[in-house]
Amino acid sequence: MRTKWLAIAAISALAASPAMGQTKPIKIGFISTFSGPTAVIGNDMRNSFDLALDHLGRKMGGAPVEVIYEDDQQKPEVGVQKTQKLIESDKVDFIVGYIWSNVLLASLKPAVDSKTFLITSNAGPSQLAGELCSPYVFSTSWQNDQTPQAMGLHMNQKGVKTAFLIGPNYAAGKDMLAGVASTFKGQVVGQELTKWPDQLDFSAELSKARAAKPDAIFVFYPGAAGVQFLNQYAQMGLKGQIPLYTAFTIDETTLPRQKELALGVPGAQEWVNDLPNEQNKKFVADYKAKHKTGPSFYGAQSYDAVNLINSAVVAVKGDTSKKEEMRKEMEKANFKSVRGNFKYGPNHMPIQNFYLQDVVKQGDDFVLKTVATIVENSQDRFHDKCPMK
Amino acid sequence: MTAFFTVRNVFVAVLVVFLLALPVYTGLSGNSFLLTLFTRIIILAIAATSLNLIMGFGGMVSFGHAAYLGVGGYVVGILAYEGVSSGFLQWPLAIAISALFALIIGALSLRTRGVYFIMITLAFAQMIYYVGVSLNRYGADDGLTIQRRSQFAGLLDLSNRVVFYYVCLVLLLGTIYLVWRLINSRFGLVIRGARSNDRRMRSIGFPTFRYRLACFVIAGAMCGLAGALLANFTNFISPAMMHWTRSGDLIVMVVLGGMGSVFGPAIGAVALLVLEETLPLMIARLGYPLFGDLAVRAAEYWQIILGPLLLAVVLFARGGIYSLLPRGGRD
Amino acid sequence: MLLFIEQCLNGLQVGLLLFLLAAGLTLVFGIMDLVNLAHGSLYMLGAYFAATFAALTDSFLLGILLGLGATLVVGMAVEVVALRRLYGRDHLDHVLGTFGLILFFNELVRMIWGPAGMNLTLPSWLNRSIEILPGVPYSAYRFSIIVVALVVAFLLYVLVMRTRIGMLIRAGASNREMVGALGINIRLLYTLVFGLGAALAGLAGIMQAPILTAQIGMGENILILAFVVIIIGGIGSIRGALVASIFVGLVDTVGRAFLPDLLKLFLSPAAASTAGPALSSMLIYVLMAIVLVVRPEGLFPAARR
Repeated sequence: MRTKWLAIAAISALAASPAMGQTKPIKIGFISTFSGPTAVIGNDMRNSFDLALDHLGRKMGGAPVEVIYEDDQQKPEVGVQKTQKLIESDKVDFIVGYIWSNVLLASLKPAVDSKTFLITSNAGPSQLAGELCSPYVFSTSWQNDQTPQAMGLHMNQKGVKTAFLIGPNYAAGKDMLAGVASTFKGQVVGQELTKWPDQLDFSAELSKARAAKPDAIFVFYPGAAGVQFLNQYAQMGLKGQIPLYTAFTIDETTLPRQKELALGVPGAQEWVNDLPNEQNKKFVADYKAKHKTGPSFYGAQSYDAVNLINSAVVAVKGDTSKKEEMRKEMEKANFKSVRGNFKYGPNHMPIQNFYLQDVVKQGDDFVLKTVATIVENSQDRFHDKCPMK
Repeated sequence: MTAFFTVRNVFVAVLVVFLLALPVYTGLSGNSFLLTLFTRIIILAIAATSLNLIMGFGGMVSFGHAAYLGVGGYVVGILAYEGVSSGFLQWPLAIAISALFALIIGALSLRTRGVYFIMITLAFAQMIYYVGVSLNRYGADDGLTIQRRSQFAGLLDLSNRVVFYYVCLVLLLGTIYLVWRLINSRFGLVIRGARSNDRRMRSIGFPTFRYRLACFVIAGAMCGLAGALLANFTNFISPAMMHWTRSGDLIVMVVLGGMGSVFGPAIGAVALLVLEETLPLMIARLGYPLFGDLAVRAAEYWQIILGPLLLAVVLFARGGIYSLLPRGGRD
Repeated sequence: MLLFIEQCLNGLQVGLLLFLLAAGLTLVFGIMDLVNLAHGSLYMLGAYFAATFAALTDSFLLGILLGLGATLVVGMAVEVVALRRLYGRDHLDHVLGTFGLILFFNELVRMIWGPAGMNLTLPSWLNRSIEILPGVPYSAYRFSIIVVALVVAFLLYVLVMRTRIGMLIRAGASNREMVGALGINIRLLYTLVFGLGAALAGLAGIMQAPILTAQIGMGENILILAFVVIIIGGIGSIRGALVASIFVGLVDTVGRAFLPDLLKLFLSPAAASTAGPALSSMLIYVLMAIVLVVRPEGLFPAARR
């Protein structure tokens, strides 16, 4: 589905091109979900991406920047088509985005085959960190397993002995449950993978979880599913009975609807809105001023993607044909990330800290706060499988 | 046919020439996206033509035709994943297995008629869809990337976009020709007769069930070939290829273009997909000077025209675009 | 054992929700011989209307009532303006025409409400769990769905079996021409029946909204199941729709819940979780295919053509 941004970009490109004789614009394609219940995530990413460009004066290395936004409708087959279109028709220099791991995996081949730089600002499937790694693919988010691995460590610290795992049955869901199981020292008494993205009714899985009598339940449900899960968890009377540990289930996009249901439900994340560095303070403050709500981690990652690209474009002074130099520059992670500490492993996956976040009530609002640092400089566990060293 | 240069025939001829010459234009102008778009149109036109064989001429409305797209595509994808990348093996196997599925489904479904036939073909398609979803090894819902297109031992390089386009175009023209020959043969007469009055045909002595089943199998095989092409085209297979809404898209193409005419489905595929790609951009571009931002917003919702358009075609222009073109002369 | 009872309750709830949708569909199909794919769109509109009115009036119940009313009105309007012309035509024409309506409504909803979907939040008195059997806590809301659906089923029974309108409906399902020949205003009857079907669809959508949220295209997924139900149950038969929908709901839910465990005995957990729900969904279509081949009129056929 075309979004109006595409049309605006196309029209302004048509209108502007006669005037822009001198510098070739930097073209960036942005693929995310802008329709359906998870459109709120796509919008957060787009707003943050846009804000970062504003902070740069909408120029990189002296050249103007053009962004074309495309909607993947949360479907792999649509994502790969849009990726092909951005590469072949719009001839973009960079492709950014991808919320969903399955969409990203489907869209890899066109990007890698055409040697177009792909920056994932969310999805981090294990294959991408391992055997499918490519010199042209970078991540400004994480590898899927890293975040639940941190949560597994936290669950050990809290003395949890048995856990029941629930998540959606697609690439990321499987990664998340595998990630928790890899660091959790207790016993996994049960695991349920639900149909994704259609199934929003978790009664069957919650019943099973209750019947297994675990010390805790670990859950991964991004977007609207996270709202529904917490609703049903409370409706079944489990809140207060079996503690819940999460990854990517509670964030600024879902919290307005989850409200008090999210109190006392910890999550692990590589970025929280109150991280104490200059760029993060500026990012959060300006975002709030413009959009009234705070940004989510999806947005923070997209914000970082702009600065990563910028570092590469500046290094080649706007000449995007110098791909080798751009790649080398990006590998240095030579930009100020809103999460502070940020560097790349040989597989272009971030090595970063993970924090424990929790929800507190501030007046009438519910906000996320950093509680503690769970692990520092965590690297993904698949980098050995990547041929790039 | 007494009059050769009717509007209808000229239209079809122009379309064929356009399709033949397209790669020349895109090569010169550098607009490779147009080539990609029309490759997809041609592949879906093959599928639509196969559907028209049973639906337009045979009166068998199958709401599960996309299943054969999936079967053909999955054969290619699974073989490629397991290391068999030779097109000489993949494509005939795709056609054969699709034909087999069509045989089984047809044998069971053709005992029913009307809406029951629609529903039972839908049911079988959904079953195959869910089998696809359950294939964890081949990506299940997430789908599977095909690393290399079908190899033809150096004779044809399918990774070359122009070569691939012409392969698809030749196959489309071949399919249309085959349908034309079938329809105008004795076999076709029986099929068409069975459509208008099955009882009478049987009383004359034709075993209509067998004829209709054969027709169903041929259509399934053709669609399986389209599926193999589609898998090559996107380098990706997923169960979504066989979802019942895709079958709906194929039916729309056939009806829009002209059910019961050999070129109709191809025209319908071109019309529908070109509309899908260009209408929003056109509305935005043309309307922008006059209406500004409003035109851009309006362009987003172009699909709201498609729905009532379909309804209008059903109510008033039953023969589709093809029937709206003047015939001229006696026919 | 208690888990099994709980899953059966879940299956019952899913089935009864399906019944609300299927009842309207089978009525319209049985009386007017109209294959209405846009039934799913009315289901979607019901959810959106209810969510909107609940947000505007700040009252859950008021939102439901107004949502129902709005869906009823829209349903009748669609019948008068568009669907009327399809009566008596080929089933394919119905399929195509109403498919066009689906596209239209999906875009209309996107235009008016935006692409993201809407929530219908439950009031606190429904948003908790109750203990229906000792040791079996169950969501109060899902229980209320079961209750409401059973009440509606009972009311439908009373309407169809014990009132004059119901008699006309049953007569129309058996022999349409005769009813017309007897001087009944067929047009009005058809519009009313369609309105009833629309209201039932809207009610199903509204009841589903707090669990699944109102989304564009939500009708398409469940519409197929509704058609499966009416084919198995018998077109035009509400009793058949009730039996078939409960059956389908149980097979789907219990299958989804226990089949993966069965498969985990010989497959990996991820494979079992993928194959399990897929197989149980397939099972429903297998059942429909069997019914179509063996007894095409369904379990409780209403019409004699």
